[in-house]
This record gives sequence, C-alpha cells and structure tokens, in this order.
Amino acid sequence: MSVSRRRVERLLNLTMCLMATSRFLTVSQLGDLVEGYEPGATAEEQDAFRRMFERDKAYLREIGIPLETGTDAAFADETGYRIRRGDYALPDIELEPGEAAALALAGSLWSTTALAGPAASALRKLAAGGAAVGGGLGALDGFEPRVEAAEPAFEPCLAAVQTGRAIRFPYRKVGEADATDRHVEPWGVLSWRGRWYLAGHDLVRAAPRVFRLSRVAGAVRLVGPAGAVRVPPDINLSTMVSAQAPADRERTATLAVRRGTGHALRRGARPAARGCVPPARPHPAVPADMDLLEREFSDTERFARWIVGSGPDVLVVDPPELRDAVVARLRAAAAGSAAAPAQAPPDAVPPDAVAPAVGRR
Amino acid sequence: MSVSAATDRLSRLLALVPWLRAHPGVSMSAAADAFGVTSRQLRDDLDLLFVCGLPGGAPGDLIDLSYSGDQITVADPQTLDRPLRLSVDEATALVVAARALADVPGLASRDELDRALEKLEKAVGAGGSAAGQVRVSLDAHDEVLAAVQRALRERRRIHLRYLVWSRDELTERDVDPMRVLLRDGRWYLEGWCHQAEAVRLFRLDRIDGPDGVCLLDAAADPPPHAVSRDTSDGIYRPGPGDIRVVLELASAARWVADYYPVAETRELPGRRLRVTLYAGETSWLHRLVLGLGADARVVEPRELAAEVNDLARRALAAYGLGPDPAGAAGPDGSR
Repeated sequence: MSVSRRRVERLLNLTMCLMATSRFLTVSQLGDLVEGYEPGATAEEQDAFRRMFERDKAYLREIGIPLETGTDAAFADETGYRIRRGDYALPDIELEPGEAAALALAGSLWSTTALAGPAASALRKLAAGGAAVGGGLGALDGFEPRVEAAEPAFEPCLAAVQTGRAIRFPYRKVGEADATDRHVEPWGVLSWRGRWYLAGHDLVRAAPRVFRLSRVAGAVRLVGPAGAVRVPPDINLSTMVSAQAPADRERTATLAVRRGTGHALRRGARPAARGCVPPARPHPAVPADMDLLEREFSDTERFARWIVGSGPDVLVVDPPELRDAVVARLRAAAAGSAAAPAQAPPDAVPPDAVAPAVGRR
Repeated sequence: MSVSAATDRLSRLLALVPWLRAHPGVSMSAAADAFGVTSRQLRDDLDLLFVCGLPGGAPGDLIDLSYSGDQITVADPQTLDRPLRLSVDEATALVVAARALADVPGLASRDELDRALEKLEKAVGAGGSAAGQVRVSLDAHDEVLAAVQRALRERRRIHLRYLVWSRDELTERDVDPMRVLLRDGRWYLEGWCHQAEAVRLFRLDRIDGPDGVCLLDAAADPPPHAVSRDTSDGIYRPGPGDIRVVLELASAARWVADYYPVAETRELPGRRLRVTLYAGETSWLHRLVLGLGADARVVEPRELAAEVNDLARRALAAYGLGPDPAGAAGPDGSR
C-alpha cells in the first residue's frame, strides 16, 4: 500500500509532536500544532479534519506506535493523546558483536517467506539501537540454513495465528478429489521436514487437527474476531504434526536384491537367513547374483512403489500382499507405456496440440 | 488492509534516523543497501525527513541532517534518537528463527546465540508472545550433520561413502567441505570433490549413515576456483544436456509435482496433471515412472516409455509372470 508523501510527512510530524509532549494533547490542539493539519473553521472542515486524524491515529497504532490516551485534569472532558518515550523506544539490548552476528544469521533463516522482510527490519532496528549486526545478513561458519514458505496459505495463516482469529479455507486431503471447507481456530504454524503445517481446533469436527498448507486449495478467510482464539496451554505443535507422519515400520518384508544395486533399500535392511522364508508360499527361486534381505515397512502401497522402481533388481519374496501390489504396478507399467508410442503420428500436429490421454481411443 | 512494518515507508523513516545516528558518516549506497532501497529512494527519504520536525517549524525544531558528497550526517534527530520497538511480525521473525537455530547441536556460535536470544526475548516482551505459536523444526539432530559441521569448523577433509541415488551407485570420495546448507527441508554439504575435481552438493541423508563419513587428518583446501553455486533459484538447476520429460499424472500421483522440481504443470480434466521436468540421468526416471504404475503415463520422450515398458516386462519375467494377468494376452492396444 502506498502512502502519499504529504501524509507520511504529516504522520511523522504527528509522531514527533506526541513524543515531545509530556501533557496529553487534544485533537483540536494537535490540529493547531501539527504541520499538515488544516482544521478549518466550518463544521465540514472540522469534520474532515477529525476523520483524517482518526485515520492517522489508526495508522500509527497499526505500525506499532503506542499512542496513550488520557487527560491531565480531572475535570477535562476531552481525551488527549501522547506517546511515552519509554513505551515507544526499543529497549537497550546491548549485544556483543558475536551475539549480534548470531542474530543476523538467525535473521537470514527466512529466504522468501513473509518473515524475511520483518526479520530484516528487526535487524535494522537493532542496528539503529547501536548493535553491531553488520552490513547484511551474513553467513557464519559456512552454515546456511534457509526456510522457504511458498505456500500462498502461509501469510494469512500466520496473520490468523498472530491475531488469534478463526479462519475458513478449502482443504484437499491427500487422495481425495474434492476440497472441503474447513473452519478452524488456529493454534500455531510449524515448519517440519521442509513443509509448513497449521495446527488448530477444527470447529466442525470438534477436534484438534493438523493441516498441510500446500493442500489448502483456495483463499484463507479470517472470519472470527481478533483475540478470540484460546490456545490450550499444554499443546505441543511438534508432537501434533509429527503424529501425522506415517506409522513407524511394523511389518517385515523379505526381498531378493541384485548384488551392487538397491543401495537405498539396503540401508536399514539385514541379511535374511534362507531358511526363514516360509516354505509353503510360492516365491521365485533366488538367483545366485541376488542377496536375500529383510526389511521393515509400514505402508504396502508406498513400499511397493519404491520396490517397483528398481525393476528386475529387487523382487519381493514375502509377504504375498506386497508381492501382489508390486506385480500389479509392474503390469500397469508394462501395459500403459506399451500403448503410448504407436498413436499420434510424429510431427503430424504441433506437440502442444496433441490431445492428452483423455478422449483417446 | 494491513500495514506491514517491513515495507511501510513511515516505519522505514522512523528506523532510518536512529540508524544514521548509529552510523555517522555512512555513505549513501551503504545506507540504501542496508534498508533494501535504491540510492534514489534513500535520497527522497532524506529530503522528506529534512522538512519534518517538531511544532513550530523553526530551523531548531526540524530534524537536522545533511548529506554532502556521499556522506550522511544527522546533527539533530529531534525525538527520533531511538528506534521504535519491534512489531509483532519483527519479533516473531527474529525470535522464531533464533530458537530454531539454537536447537541445532554443535553450532559454533551457540553460546552467543543463546545469550542474544535471551536479551532479545527480554527486550520484545509481550510483542514476542506470538513467537511461541510459530515453530521451525530444522531436523538437525543427526550424527552425519554433526560430523560434517565438525569437519567444516575444523577445516578438515572428509571421506564420504555416498549414494548417487539417480544412478543407484554407492561411491567413495574425498571432499573438502565448503558449506552446509538447508534447503526445502533437506541438509546438504557443498564441497570440493577430489574424485570429480569439481564443486559438488551432497545430500546428507544419502551419505551411508554415520559410518559413511570419516574425518581425515588432512586440511580442507578447496582450490581458489572452487566457487559456491548460487542456490537462490533452488538447489536443482537443469544442465544443458538434460532431457525434457513430459508425464501425465493421475490424481493419486499429483504429489510428484510437489516433490520433484518440475518446470511446468498443466491441469487436465479429471484432476490429472501434466508435468514437464528435466533430468540429467534417466535411471531415476525409470524408477519414478515404474513405481507410479498406472498413475503415470510418459508423454515424451518415447524412448523413456519403451525403456520403462521393457524393465516392467523383465521384472515380471523374473517373477515367472507375463505382462497380463492369468495369461490373458490381448495385444489390441486397449487398456
């Protein structure tokens, strides 16, 4: 939002005037004192001036300037204003150079998020207060963590958390085609494993819920009054979010892995004794160039996806449902890809004009 | 409508005056850099400040500043000798970041950070209360990360057993660490690789466990031409020889666009998604497409489709199975 130069000048004069006074100044006194106000003589002019002052007052409060209201005399009936220097000014922090550098490093954590700007202006204020935070957001010891927040839902959710307001947003759960509208009292936002999550109280489901911000499927609307959300004192954001992660490994698979391949799979696996393979179940004979390994897994389809990726280098011996999931995916890959080439004749149409799979014979 | 102290001009002016006081004689360009504005904008700011001041408007009531040549001097800031206290946004941004970093074990400047955080929390008071509701977990409790950080701190060469995931190849290499990065929730080591004789990025979760990193009794000594890569546009950049791959993803495979660096996405009917990505190695593409099974279709290149098809058939053969269930071979091209 752009503010006119004249208004910035007036706001600056108003701020300095209110800081310089020890008495409370009434609106009409400010109209006379502050350069930029023209209270005028007629009722309309007076009205316009008072509306202008109201807007200016709101603006100063919004950028965090503490306007104090009161009166000096018990019998005065008009409210006055002033800014107490002690309330306005950043307290002396007195940072050692090393401490200032550490804070500068912390400030550089945010790369493109809605917090990068505020972090930079916070560091400038510290520098304005005399701290040696240095010329910029530097690195320390070649250690450069960065946290992104590209999700459009991040800013409104952060604002909702900071102001304690309830929000509504469309949310698409993984694997579900349609988004549903959610009504949530936000408790906090958390970045975990590179993703942002919102934790809060789902008012429709009447239960605590965690939402991944990348799955918010539309605009986040702030719907409740400010300060209405009560965050329970005993909640732990990290625990709430990490509890959403897939359950830890609970079943054991027996796999045949070709020697010199499947390195990622081999990590966390152990050699299987050949005798341990249930003899009653059909399984491929393990060729001499393959190792028989055991490995824990939790989600059959996820694990199958991983195994299928290795093609003929990793075969499932057990359990049968994992083997079936792998075979089904292999058959889909064998069928789906095979059908692709012979269809649209090459160069007959520009590539972008080729109809997608939908609508093909 | 909301005003952000980070972008608001009045907020900048209120910070600029005490900042200039704390940096006497600072140059126009250095001040502009510090505030993230152009020299021209800064000059505008100074001209505006020049006519502002206390009621009365006499010379003694105005902010007294001057810039001669390239040097800025503030003789009288009037009431603006101290910066405004931190806004909720500013306090949150700094406190949350500092807490996240303070949770990283083995940080060289840990003590300084702890002390700074304590002072900061005291100074922001209630303004920092929202910071408790914003958290960043850097997942830094990891032996490999600790070992790599130690090597960096002590400037020592390390030996890595490193999985080149794209080729499914376990490699051994000596590396002179240059820096440790966290991007998109993953930790990386950047260093001079003596085997590749080039700067390389190593994902720490692909180092073969705590035994996969070993500090050597040699000083890390990257050659002068070893330059860190610019990661501002993301950690992955397509190379000139990369192949262009177009996939069509079913709804269940849309996560691929979220997980891998895709160059383009296009919505298709039925919540399907067409994605374009670039890859230097084809073997990880084989694995990706194979694993997705019926949820992905290769649009181009044709070779990739054929290779995936071949791999799937060979894998089925290894199970003693044909491509179609119950031997119902139907080569009519229908699905």
